[in-house]
Amino acid sequence: MTTAVPITLTVNGEAVEARVNPHTHLADFLRDTLGLTGTHIGCEHGVCGACTLRLDGVIVRSCLVLAVQTDKARVETIEGLSDSGEIADLQTAFRDRNALQCGYCTPGMLIAADDLLRRNSAPSRDEIREHLSGNYCRCTGYQAIVDAVEVTARSRSGAKA
Amino acid sequence: MKAAAFDYVRATGVEEAVKLLAMHGGGAKLLAGGQSLLPALNLRLMAPEVLIDIGGIASLRGVHIDGGTMKIGALTRHADLLVSPEIAAHAPLLAKAMPHIAHPAIRNRGTIGGSLAHADPASELPACVLALGATLVLHSSRGERRIAARDFFTGLYQTALEADELLARIEFPALQSGERVYFREFARRMGDYAIVGLAAQAKLEGDRIGTLRLAYFGIGERATLCPAAAGILAQPITPNVVADAQAALSRDLQPHNDHQASSATRLHLARVLLARCVDDLLGRPALPERRSA
Amino acid sequence: MSDTPPIRTGLSALDRPNSYIGRSVPRPNLGRLLQGRGQYVSDMVLPRMGHVAFVRSPHAHARILSIDSTEARRLPGVLAIVTGAELAKVCTPWVGVLTHLKGLKSAPQNAIAVDRACWQGEAVAAVVATSRAAAEDAAERVQVEYEELEPVVDMTTALDAATPVIHPDLGDNLAFERKLDAGAVDAAFAEADHVVEAEFVFGRHTGVTLEPRSILADWNPGEERLTVYQGTQAPHMMQNIIAKHLGLEEAQVRVVCKDVGGSFGIKVHVYADEMAVAALSKLLRRPVKFVADRLESFNTDIHARDHRCKGRAAVKADATITAFEIDDLTGIGPYSVYPRTSAIEANQVVNLVGGPYTTPNYRARARVVFQNKNVTCQYRAVGHPIACSVTEGLVDLCAKATGIDPAEIRRRNLIRDDAYPCASPSGLRFEALSHHAALDKLLGMMDYPALRAEQAALRERGIYRGIGLASFIEVTNPSPAFYGIGGARISSQDGVAVRMDATGAVICHTSITEQGQGSEAITAQVVASALGVPMARVRVILGDTDNTPYGGGTWASRGAGIGGEAAWQAGRLLRRNILTAAATILQATPDDLDIAGEAIVDTATGSERIELKELCRIVYFRPDTLPPGFQAEMVAVRHFVPREFPFAFTNGIQGAWLEVDTDTGFIKLLKHWVVEDCGTIINPQLVDEQIRGGVVQGLGAALFEHCIYDERGQLTNATMADYLVPMAAEMPDIEVGHVVSPTKDGELGAKGAGEAGTAGAAASVANAVNDALTPFGVRLTEIPLTPELILSALRRI
Repeated sequence: MTTAVPITLTVNGEAVEARVNPHTHLADFLRDTLGLTGTHIGCEHGVCGACTLRLDGVIVRSCLVLAVQTDKARVETIEGLSDSGEIADLQTAFRDRNALQCGYCTPGMLIAADDLLRRNSAPSRDEIREHLSGNYCRCTGYQAIVDAVEVTARSRSGAKA
Repeated sequence: MKAAAFDYVRATGVEEAVKLLAMHGGGAKLLAGGQSLLPALNLRLMAPEVLIDIGGIASLRGVHIDGGTMKIGALTRHADLLVSPEIAAHAPLLAKAMPHIAHPAIRNRGTIGGSLAHADPASELPACVLALGATLVLHSSRGERRIAARDFFTGLYQTALEADELLARIEFPALQSGERVYFREFARRMGDYAIVGLAAQAKLEGDRIGTLRLAYFGIGERATLCPAAAGILAQPITPNVVADAQAALSRDLQPHNDHQASSATRLHLARVLLARCVDDLLGRPALPERRSA
Repeated sequence: MSDTPPIRTGLSALDRPNSYIGRSVPRPNLGRLLQGRGQYVSDMVLPRMGHVAFVRSPHAHARILSIDSTEARRLPGVLAIVTGAELAKVCTPWVGVLTHLKGLKSAPQNAIAVDRACWQGEAVAAVVATSRAAAEDAAERVQVEYEELEPVVDMTTALDAATPVIHPDLGDNLAFERKLDAGAVDAAFAEADHVVEAEFVFGRHTGVTLEPRSILADWNPGEERLTVYQGTQAPHMMQNIIAKHLGLEEAQVRVVCKDVGGSFGIKVHVYADEMAVAALSKLLRRPVKFVADRLESFNTDIHARDHRCKGRAAVKADATITAFEIDDLTGIGPYSVYPRTSAIEANQVVNLVGGPYTTPNYRARARVVFQNKNVTCQYRAVGHPIACSVTEGLVDLCAKATGIDPAEIRRRNLIRDDAYPCASPSGLRFEALSHHAALDKLLGMMDYPALRAEQAALRERGIYRGIGLASFIEVTNPSPAFYGIGGARISSQDGVAVRMDATGAVICHTSITEQGQGSEAITAQVVASALGVPMARVRVILGDTDNTPYGGGTWASRGAGIGGEAAWQAGRLLRRNILTAAATILQATPDDLDIAGEAIVDTATGSERIELKELCRIVYFRPDTLPPGFQAEMVAVRHFVPREFPFAFTNGIQGAWLEVDTDTGFIKLLKHWVVEDCGTIINPQLVDEQIRGGVVQGLGAALFEHCIYDERGQLTNATMADYLVPMAAEMPDIEVGHVVSPTKDGELGAKGAGEAGTAGAAASVANAVNDALTPFGVRLTEIPLTPELILSALRRI
């Protein structure tokens, strides 16, 4: 038997204390222990992007981060980003453009798209496709997602101007 | 797939890390960025008894230029190298390679040390350090050991690291005037492991290619330097010279077969890359450059 | 909110000013999906739930000599370890045959293999534990002794005398053979000016749904009822089958779908390991959950489209194609999948080759052979991609042979738009298609002459771009002709129940299901339009056998045409009931009244007579004020099945524009176009997005996707890094246009659209690659089109 390790972190602004098995990855910790099932699992080898979330402000694959590595860290999942309103414009654009069908890739896709827009306020369609090149979607064929991100970029720049 | 259970310990400094390594021997694995280690654990391709987390060791992180020598801490993340002004100015080969490494979310966690120690034959950084003529600085309880990159990669996922050693630092000369770099890989999709790739650095002497290091990846068991081809290119370049150099690649490369490509395809692509590299280094592209795939 | 003008169909009820038919309104169920607050079966947790990991055969073909779980049982968290023999006492085996596929044979398949494993990855034991990780730990410790048997892994030799017969009781490895001979094929070939032929090879591939197959079975011993949470497309079918094989009455089984993370046909089939989970719950008397991991998905989700098809065509000098002939071979797994069978795909290939064309002479043979590889079955567009690639590849060969432009040869051979109704040589009945209108529209959208000019100019500079066209027909709205007539209890009818509650809110229950295509949305749109109320007042409940009418579910592009029609009719009936009640209250005539917004209005003047919520208050709380003998019925149910045509065929055409790097063999997709005719379009955005998604799956098959087995029957590329699915950076923008030929088999006139994109995409890409490489005189008829294949054809390696 291996020893459980205590961790203290914040998840969506809420302080969390837990004892975790070292081999539990962050996605499973969030889903199974905290009941935050918005972070989805698609492959567990870091390729599909479904588990993408924000860790200490940057996007990561939560299936490739151990829960024990998040001691003193700040985790933001799709639920928290939805409640804060931070990605509301992206979510509206996705909704209007039907940039999601089954919705399973959507949390990871939104977080990755938002990451792009925070770094590049006027990405070209090619740049959008490149930044999202690690997020698998089987339903949409990607074009609607690119459209929704493009529209959001324009409206964010428009709002700033 | 869930990883098998293991114990976990955090090392707060290099000395503690190497002491723990010595203590656990082959039953321990170092955890840096985890982007290569965790997939293997999740797939149960390996089942170590303990992970030694070195991710918090600040002294292993950072980029400095020290009297003409670039020094990169092994825990420096790909994402940091991607945006580093020092790397852009003094190590453009790395700057060109970074966008090809996986995807942003992976780059935010993965480290240069982790990538080099893992030595995936299709990954970019081993070839880059070969092309840079880098020296790798290893550390153990027995002290520091310096090893040339060309002696570091010994086989399929094999390096010269002893079981009780960690990779601490990568050092190489900063870009000098007259030096040019080339980086290109052929991958089916953006971010995929390359089918074949080439990292190269050369010093141009007038219109001649001097000191050329050609480092291929994705072809054979490990990143491979091609001194035979490089040697042939150290003369006035004509189509025949390029053809001879392309032929000479077979002397240094041992291309493998897999479901992506046969060894013949790999060798062919390696030759294509060589021709494009020469044109690029000499500043005269023959064909408009195309995106891979 | 994006909103396109409604497409006028000439039916007055659909053209109402407040009709949602033809409008791209956003889907009402998106809020929870956007916030990560959907509930997928893989998210679900029930008290005392056990997690399953399966011990799976590492061999493609092996006798199971013994299973020793002594060591495994000792691990913490293990609740049970169950073998195939033990589970066979709880779950009976099945055979995947249907009577209308004459001669189809298959062997009984158990939920967990008994005595013999027949493909690498087949489950040989189940471990149930308190967590998935604990179950996997224990599974590693289960000792299974195997005796390896020679596997059958090459479809081309599966019927040879020297090849082992996988099921000796069946006599040979031939699961099914179909032959068809229409017209005078031999004469046509004898009289042809040119005969073209090629062998078309298709790489086996699979669906790769992002949410893996997930099932949570909950046997409640107190209720003697099994609730199965399963992301299935056909809950009533699963209810029937689970009940049958677990020895229960159908009423004892409830199937609930929840949100489904992608299906595309993958989750419409009966999986042995999922049946095992249902059986385990009953055996262990507690909830049991199984979520396939990605390795398991690759090894056990149904595969599809593993074909080698020889094709020939006869063509005259004037480019009239006078005959098609095919000899198709497909290698399935060791069992025909239950209950839809693994012969349907080949059967469809035979049915569909040549479909868009006037060619009257057609001969076909299709053989389906067993192999020791993963099972195969229906996956989006079923046999259409094969049939389309073969047909369109032969048509382009005919164009080359006769020196006619590929667009022009299609003009000369596509069935005329005024020729309907008519039938194909294979017996398909077409109500009304629009091949020529679609072709004209496509060529306009592409600016075909400009592309040809650009191609020519770039060729001079050593840059090789190609244009590929692919016409196709598509099966939608299937009647019992698909499955029912073969004895399968798969319903081809669907039902919708609609009611108005006490505040004027509308709730509808539909038997179709949702996996992201928009079933919930179009049901709400149709019902709101039928009634005249705002869509925001309509709630849709689906995916629950306890709470919906009995029906078929969503598959074979039937949701809009069948479920939508039932919703329309139920909505119209409820509208009549509401107006009857209103007329009684207002002492008016029902025909003089209408529903608009949230009120009953005068049809003539539009003036408001009574608010709906007031009407409902009276009906529900003050029926004492209504005339004696009058009972308001604020609910209506209607079922629908198309009766005129066995299938509502749609048609379309696709165009691909791409560049081939002849040094490296890499292909860059530059642009893609689709013109599709699916009849009345309920929500244009949803239809276009279905087409785009379908196209990209076809592009994946054309360039990337391949389940690669080695000579020992091992799947060698079972990870997301090694099996290549299309990602955003390599996919083109896809422009979609429409022609509208409504079906008269129903009032809405809607046909299906879900699979059209996949039907023609690979064919158009293959034709474009060959078009690009015309200067080199090479012809490729194999997909996926890898750099290796291109370089090899160009003799660069």
